[in-house]
Amino acid sequence: MSIIKSIIGWIDNRMQLSDSVVSVARHPIPAEVAQKKGWWYVFGSVTMTFFMLQVVTGICLAMVYEPTADAAYSSLQTLNYQTPFGWLIRAIHYYAATGMVVMIVVHMTQVFLMGAYKYPREVTWFFGVGLLGLTLALAFSGQVLRFDSSSYWGVGVLASAAGRAPAVGPEVVHTVLGGQYIGESTVGRFFAVHVFILPALLVTLLAGHLYMVIKRGISEPPKPEQPVDPATYDEQYEELLKKGVPFFPHAIYRDGIACAIAVIVVVALAVIFGPKGPDAFPDPTIIGADPRPDWYFLPMFALAALCPPSLEFAFIIVAPVIAIGVLLAVPFLSGSGERSASRRPVAVMFVTVTYIVFAVLGWYGATSPWSPQMDAWSGDPVPVEMVKHSSPLELQGAVTFQLQACRNCHALDGVGGKRGPDLTYVGSRKNRPELIRQVVQGGGYMPAYGQQLSAAEIDALVAFLAARRPAGEPEAKLPVAPPIKGDSIKGRAP
Amino acid sequence: MNNEKDCPCQCDGKTTIAAAVTPPVESPGRRRLLAWGTVILGGVAASAAGVPILGFLLAPLANKANSWIAAGKISDFEVGKTHKVEFVNPLADANDGETAKTIMYVRRNEGDTFNIFAVNCTHLGCPVSWFANAGLFMCPCHGGVYYEDGSVAAGPPPRELFQYPHKIENETLMVEVGHLPTLQQPA
Repeated sequence: MSIIKSIIGWIDNRMQLSDSVVSVARHPIPAEVAQKKGWWYVFGSVTMTFFMLQVVTGICLAMVYEPTADAAYSSLQTLNYQTPFGWLIRAIHYYAATGMVVMIVVHMTQVFLMGAYKYPREVTWFFGVGLLGLTLALAFSGQVLRFDSSSYWGVGVLASAAGRAPAVGPEVVHTVLGGQYIGESTVGRFFAVHVFILPALLVTLLAGHLYMVIKRGISEPPKPEQPVDPATYDEQYEELLKKGVPFFPHAIYRDGIACAIAVIVVVALAVIFGPKGPDAFPDPTIIGADPRPDWYFLPMFALAALCPPSLEFAFIIVAPVIAIGVLLAVPFLSGSGERSASRRPVAVMFVTVTYIVFAVLGWYGATSPWSPQMDAWSGDPVPVEMVKHSSPLELQGAVTFQLQACRNCHALDGVGGKRGPDLTYVGSRKNRPELIRQVVQGGGYMPAYGQQLSAAEIDALVAFLAARRPAGEPEAKLPVAPPIKGDSIKGRAP
Repeated sequence: MNNEKDCPCQCDGKTTIAAAVTPPVESPGRRRLLAWGTVILGGVAASAAGVPILGFLLAPLANKANSWIAAGKISDFEVGKTHKVEFVNPLADANDGETAKTIMYVRRNEGDTFNIFAVNCTHLGCPVSWFANAGLFMCPCHGGVYYEDGSVAAGPPPRELFQYPHKIENETLMVEVGHLPTLQQPA
């Protein structure tokens, strides 16, 4: 015993640990945090745990992964099928990345709603905003390293979006790609960024973040009617800490439990669902690709499709800059005052609206109803029930309907593209002249087919469409035009 | 520097202190020289290491010129049809693997004129597919659709499809390709 004690004593004497590490570990925190409310304070630790898991699994992956356009895909296959536990490490890396994005957002939401970013912890928040940006950058660059068809075109989308930067578009594109096109140096660049640059920056900001947490202390759980006043807050907090408890071991065990559960959940997901991809081979000549970003970027993906062309520059280039600016401005806009969410309706509304917007955009991004369903014209036959008892002309129209790839945008009986309206009952909505006009001229997101179709084909197609009505329902009638002075022509039924 | 505590040397504090503490007469100039010398030396060292590093990182900004490649014999392309043509990017090297390959769409019009379209949608660069029956290019990402002449038929694209420059030499269709076409640097 005494030997061990003397060894510890020697180490402590030389390294002065009781002054530094021990005193930091036992720094006092508000007593309430060591009670039930302490569960609100575990999200940051969980995020950090996921990051450490990412570092370790990432190092494992780097031992096998080959960061070249030529070999990346096959090295992913090697990891999946040959390297012992390779598939599991890949899966853990993917689900821990997902977990990191989720938990940093949850952590940020909690900090925002509990007003923990207010005086004197503004700088802690700034570091946090930087950590959010780095986490998302890691998520995107990691997705690129899963170098499959989606990843190849994903880089193309990033490059095209970056290419809209005013004046320096091409330079930005070439810097991102590491050259003039997507290839060898693109993968190499993303590898260096993902594996060296971003983690190093993240560790740096994390150190700053933790320094602030220790130096300025963790915020006490907010209470209504106890606003933060910079003039008196420090004194009050000091009083609070006098009745405080040491962080270790009173509060840390909650973090420990939360982190343990989080890791178990991630490993369980990884075991159950396995690694993500790689999907199709990254061969640019296989253009049947259906590029979709990983779920965290689906809202951005949806935004790119849904915003009007005139606002695209604003949404693609300006909006992200504004979003970061708003997050950084938060402590300046409301750096003092009430902390409790029950006294901050605007803050609660802000969070609610943001979450709803992201959820809706994410849902749209996942289903992407604006995209033509590229194989519907050949893959989804016209339902048999629909063409029973059809006239030869209508049958010919059904053939035209499929061959012209109308089905890629229009569903029949719910099957097919969702870009345009479902045409199952279009015959009871539009009359023949309207159908002809729409087919020939297009309009409202529909291409004009006038050049492409012969008069006979249009005739057949419209016959098929006009017959698309619920049983027993008549064709849509031509609305009777109001009489024009001196003109005796009235609406004619077709 | 004139009390004993600050004396940086391992002196006994009595005999040599005067010599150690009292600066030599010429010292201010010498010090300034040394200070500036250190800064300049540091600057030289930083640029010695920094110039190659920056050069390495920024090298991709140097424009590699596109090159002319043969897309095929003119007789390979049927009049009035759009053909998908695979080609190897002339800027590519061995390590690019499959990504060296790309495609373009060659349309031969009446009167032996050609349109050579890049595969990349002008909206955000996704690959458009050609639907011969419908006479449309469709993009799988955000719903961009183009007519056979490359003009926008529907969706968000801000301009018509990018077209590669081309010329005809010895009955062969030559196309100038290389960089990834984007809005500010079209094909």
